[in-house]
Amino acid sequence: MSDFAFEDASSRRTSRGRIRTFDAAVLVLLMLAIWQAIGSWTHGVAVSPPLQTLLYLFDLVRTGMFWQHAAATLAAFLLAFVLSALIGLALGLIFGVRRFAGEVAEPILAGFYTIPKVTLYPVVLLIFGLGMSAKVAFGVMHGLVPMTLFTLGAVRNLPPVLIRTAKVLRLSPGRTMLWVLVPACLPDIVNGLRISFSLSMLGVLIGEMFSSQRGLGFLLVSGMAQHNVPLSTAVVTVIVLIAIAANTLMLRLGKRIAHRSK
Amino acid sequence: MTRRRAVLLVRIAVLAGLTATLEICCRTGLIDPLIVIPPSEMVASMIDRVGSGELDESIVNTFSTIALAFVLAIGCGTLVGALVHRSSRLRDVVDPLLASYYSVPTFIFYPLLVALLGLGKAPLVVLGVLSGAPAVMISTLSGLDSVSPVLLKLARVHRLSPARTLWWIVLPAALPRLFSGFKLALSYALIGVIAGEFILSGTGLGFAISFAYQSFDNRAMYGLMLFVLLIAVTANGILYVWEGRLARRRSTG
Repeated sequence: MSDFAFEDASSRRTSRGRIRTFDAAVLVLLMLAIWQAIGSWTHGVAVSPPLQTLLYLFDLVRTGMFWQHAAATLAAFLLAFVLSALIGLALGLIFGVRRFAGEVAEPILAGFYTIPKVTLYPVVLLIFGLGMSAKVAFGVMHGLVPMTLFTLGAVRNLPPVLIRTAKVLRLSPGRTMLWVLVPACLPDIVNGLRISFSLSMLGVLIGEMFSSQRGLGFLLVSGMAQHNVPLSTAVVTVIVLIAIAANTLMLRLGKRIAHRSK
Repeated sequence: MTRRRAVLLVRIAVLAGLTATLEICCRTGLIDPLIVIPPSEMVASMIDRVGSGELDESIVNTFSTIALAFVLAIGCGTLVGALVHRSSRLRDVVDPLLASYYSVPTFIFYPLLVALLGLGKAPLVVLGVLSGAPAVMISTLSGLDSVSPVLLKLARVHRLSPARTLWWIVLPAALPRLFSGFKLALSYALIGVIAGEFILSGTGLGFAISFAYQSFDNRAMYGLMLFVLLIAVTANGILYVWEGRLARRRSTG
């Protein structure tokens, strides 16, 4: 009897899964259809249709020019991401443990998070000059704060017994962070990394769009300026796909870690 | 209470200290005035610029665009969120989409939108809505989820009409979650519109800043920048305080 019930439940689950896959496929087709509709409605002056974009993308990937731009963006982004992750983690841990400093700093950080940081880009350019370092600095400006806020929140919500135990064991501050705080906050840290990832990418891309000679953001704007619609559509497609893939990967990772730590 | 006051005082002191340090560094020549001008100069320039009236048109333009994007984002987001909430099958499809949507840097659609809708208000509004509406949708979904079934049963017992149920029961119960979505929508609309004007536009405050930068007019650039940031901080701050008040009223009953 129980066997039967189990079988029934599992078959219901697979049928629900099948419906879900079907719906997801419908959704993807619907989005492609909208894309196609916008493309043919404007006769390809604004957005090139999916198939044409894909073919163009295949050609584009074979050119060395594309990879030069992609490498420039990737280098700037990776540096920005690593810097914001490490500095944000350190700041978050410090502000989390030092409650008073954390309470002083949090609204300032949250305020900085919500302002339009683009307006500050000229200052970044004046300080760092045109080039890689300005892009990286701008990426860090975007990615640092969410990482700090997520870590801070995680440490603040830890059961105090963990920190007290670390004190009793006379762990040095560095060891407390490495052995106690980071493992305990890991799920939130992964969430912070995810947000920080997408925001530092945004920062680097905006930097490249405003004034730069290299990178995917520059390629996008120059495609626009030269009325090369397939180029700009292809670049947008690549960026969107990379962003979604990275985000999905980190979501999965985060879920697995949260599951294991329970 | 005293601790809260101490935190506030230290926060003000830290900000004032940073501003004073910047002022001193600029005045003594530690920081090149071609890079950063002293904060007092920034304030003076801001008052000059805004007082002269030459910016009135840009100010009206920018803030009406932001307001339009904000209102549309809230409207569309709430409506679509409420519709999706009704169908669990639709929800299964939309949830993963929403979870990965915010990771896409929406701003890169802006050049395509400009090509599609022409330079002007339209692409900026659409950009603001595209970045803000999904956040409102997510908060609407979680807000409606947070309405406990007992309240809905209560509404049925009292035979409230659907409209009254919405107004008297669902809305107050979901409001705190909804509000956090509105807050995000405001800051996304601000960021999207000003970034759009900054990168590619012919009007507005964002354009004015980028124009000042490109013509090496540092004084004007810092004045405008300070103005935009002050308004952004004030607008977000008002919603922040309002949200806190809302939460406190709920917790006291």
